[in-house]
Amino acid sequence: MAAPIDLHEVMDREREERFRTRWRVKACASTACMSAGAGATIQAVEDMVEREDMELEVQVIPTGCMGLCSAGPLMRMMRRGGDETDYQKVTPDAAKEIVRSHVLNEEPVPEHLLDTTMPFFTSQERVVLANGGVINPDRIESYVAHGGYQALEKALTSMKPKQVIEEIRRSGLRGRGGAGYPVGSKWSLLAAAGGKTKYVVANGDEGDPGAYMDRTIMEDDPHRLIEGIAIAAYATGADQAYIYVRAEYPRAIERLDRAIRVARRNRLLGRKILDTNFSLAVEVRIGAGAFVCGEETALMASIEGRRGTPQLRPPYPTEKGLWGAPTMINNVETLANVAPIIDRGGDWFASIGTEKSTGTKVFALAGDIVNTGLIEVPMGTSLREIVEEIGGGVPDGRSFKAAQTGGPSGGCIPAKFLDTPVDYESLRELGSIMGSGGLIVMDDEVRMPDVAKFFMEFSMDESCGKCTPCRAGTVQMHNLLQRITDGNGTRRDLRDLEHLCSVVRDMSLCGLGQSAPNPVISTLQYFRSEYEALIDEEEVVHA
Amino acid sequence: MSDTTTRAVVGVSDRQQGEHPSGDNRFDLIDKHLKRGRYAQDQLIETLHVAQDVFGYLSEDILIYVARALRLPPSMVYGVATFYQLFTFDPPGDHACTVCTGTACFVKGADDIVKGVSNAYDVPAGETSEDGSLTLKTARCLGSCGLAPVVVFDGEVLGHQNTESTLELVAAAVGGVD
Ligand SMILES: Cc1cc2nc3c(=O)[nH]c(=O)nc-3n(C[C@H](O)[C@H](O)[C@H](O)COP(=O)(O)O)c2cc1C
Ligand code: FES
Repeated sequence: MAAPIDLHEVMDREREERFRTRWRVKACASTACMSAGAGATIQAVEDMVEREDMELEVQVIPTGCMGLCSAGPLMRMMRRGGDETDYQKVTPDAAKEIVRSHVLNEEPVPEHLLDTTMPFFTSQERVVLANGGVINPDRIESYVAHGGYQALEKALTSMKPKQVIEEIRRSGLRGRGGAGYPVGSKWSLLAAAGGKTKYVVANGDEGDPGAYMDRTIMEDDPHRLIEGIAIAAYATGADQAYIYVRAEYPRAIERLDRAIRVARRNRLLGRKILDTNFSLAVEVRIGAGAFVCGEETALMASIEGRRGTPQLRPPYPTEKGLWGAPTMINNVETLANVAPIIDRGGDWFASIGTEKSTGTKVFALAGDIVNTGLIEVPMGTSLREIVEEIGGGVPDGRSFKAAQTGGPSGGCIPAKFLDTPVDYESLRELGSIMGSGGLIVMDDEVRMPDVAKFFMEFSMDESCGKCTPCRAGTVQMHNLLQRITDGNGTRRDLRDLEHLCSVVRDMSLCGLGQSAPNPVISTLQYFRSEYEALIDEEEVVHA
Repeated sequence: MSDTTTRAVVGVSDRQQGEHPSGDNRFDLIDKHLKRGRYAQDQLIETLHVAQDVFGYLSEDILIYVARALRLPPSMVYGVATFYQLFTFDPPGDHACTVCTGTACFVKGADDIVKGVSNAYDVPAGETSEDGSLTLKTARCLGSCGLAPVVVFDGEVLGHQNTESTLELVAAAVGGVD
C-alpha cells in the first residue's frame, strides 16, 4: 500500500508554486463561463504565455465558478503578495490585452473591469462556495493547499465518531435538499443502527429545474464533497458510500470519478484511510432523467438498478435502506458544509445565519434580474437584499412581481413580502419552501397562471404513476390550468382546481404529489385576480 | 430495426479474429462495461447508458442482450428502460436541437423557441423529423440559467437564444424550410 498523502508537505509545495511567478491568472472554467466562451479565452492566454516566453512571469489557473455567470467569461489577475483585479466578458483578444497590460505596464484594462465592490460580491458570505474561483478543481493539491482534507484528518486522528456527530449537532446544520431535517439527528440514527454494512448516500440528483448549486459543487469542488462523505461515514460507522448524480451532468460525473480515484491513490479513501482503521469505498451512480429519483426512497431503488418509484415511509432509510441495510441520505450541499464545520467548529457555524436556520444558503439567481449566477448568503438575509442589492433588481425598467423558490414543490412570493428573511420557517409560512435553492425572479410581464401551469406540467410529466392521486390528479389539474390560461375556463373550473389541490396534497404517496399543488395554491393565494380576469373576460365574450 | 443489432442476438458464425461474436464490435464496449461491473444486476442503468452511448438508442435486441448478460427478465429491463426519460427507443436524427425548458429558460421565453422550431420543421418536441434530419428535444434545466434561454445544438451550448437565432442555427445545419 502506498503511503498516505502528507497534507502539510503538499501545502508547502503549493505555496512555493504560488510564489513562483509574479502573476497568476485565474480564469473561470465552470459550465456557464465555458458556454460563454471561456475555453477559447483560456487557450488564448496559455498560447500567448508560451509564445511570448512569459512562463516565468505568469501562470494560468483554470478555476471553478466565480459566481457572476451573466458577466462571463470571468478572469482575475493576481499579483504576487498583492492586489487582485477582476475582469468580465473577457474575449480571447481582451484576455491577451489584459495579461500584457498587467505584466508589461502594471496597468489594468478599464473596458472589462469588474467592480467587486458592488453588493453582488460584498454581501455574500462564502462557506460552501469558498473554493469557487480559487482552486483548480482538477488538482487535489490545489484543494489541499486551501485547507482541504484537514477536517478529515482531524476527525480521524483526534475525534471519536460521537464527537463528530456532536459537533455537527452544535452547528445546527439542517438538510439543504429541501426539507431542512437536522443533520446531527439523522447521523445519530444511522450511528445507532445495527448491522454489518451501512451506507451513506450523497443526493446529487438536483431535480429543481432552475437550481445548479449541487452541480457546481460536484464539478468545481469534488473533493469537498468527498471529504464530507468520508467524515459522515466515519461518524456513522458506514463503510460504503454512493454519490447519485443525474445523467444530465456528465462533467460532474467525470470530475467525481477522477477525484475518487485520486483520493484513493492518496489514501484518503479506500482501505485504512490515512493509516487509521477507517475504510470507505465510494462509487458514483448515474440517474437517467427522472425527477422523482431525487426523493430518497426512489433514489435508493434507482441505485439498486430498478425503476425509481418511491416507497411509503416508515421504515425510514436509516432503518431499512439500500439492499435492506441502514442507509443515510444527505444532499450534496449539506455534505459540502461538513468539512468547514469540523475545521472551525460547530459554534462558528451556528454564529452565521439565524437561530433556527444556521449557516449560509446557496441560491441560483435567475430569471428577470440583472445579475444572474450563484450566490451564497447567510440564512435570514432578506429577499429584498437578494433581489434588489445582490441581484441588482429587475432589468429594462420593469418591476418586480414575484420570486419563485422551491421549484415545482414551492411557491411564488409577491412583492409585499420582499422583506421576509430567507429561512426554512419564514418561507414555509408564505406557502413556499426553501427547496434546493433555485430563486427565479419574475417581472410584471409574467402571467402567474402560466407559471402555475408550467410547474403542473412538470409534475404531471414527472409523476411516477405509482399512486392515483398524483398520477391522475396532476393531469386533471393541468387540464384545468390549460383551459383557464387559454381563456376557456369557468368559475366551476377554478373551484375544481382548488378542490384538487387539497386532494392531491393530502392523498399522495410521496413528496412529489404532496407538494405538486404548491405553485397553484400560492399563485391563487397571492394573484387570484389574474385567474379571475382570465375567466371573466371569457364570460363577457360569451355573453 | 437495424440489421446489425438483429444479428447480434442471433449471432453469426463467419466471425473473424478479434471480432465480437455478433459481428458488431460495438457490443464489445458493452461487454467491457459488463465485465468491469462484474455482471452485477444493479449495474443495469449504467449498462443501458453505455449501450445508448454506443448505439445511439436502445433497440429491442439491445435490451434483450443486456437482459441476458445480467440474467434479468427482459420485462424488468424493459420496465426500467421505459421508466427513465433519457432512454430512447428510436434512432436519433442527424442533428439534435435541445431547448432548455427549465424555470429560468421558461421565464425567458423558451416555449416560443420550441414552438418555432416545431412548426418550422414539422417535428413535435421529443421526436425526429420524418426525413431523419432533426431531433427536437427539451431538457429540464441545463444548469446554465444565467444564460437563459439556453439551446444545445449538436452538443454546443448556446446562451441568450431566441426563436430567430435558433432557426438560423438549425437552418445552417439541416437546411432551411420553404
Ligand atoms: C419529489 C422529490 C424530489 C426530491 N429531489 C431532491 C433532489 O433533487 N436533491 C436532494 O438533495 N433532495 C431531494 N429531495 C429530498 C430527498 O428526499 C431527501 O430528503 C434529501 O436528499 C435529504 O438530504 P438532506 O437532509 O441533506 O436535505 C426530493 C424529495 C422529493 C419528495
Ligand atoms: S432553466 Fe435553462 S439552464 Fe436552467
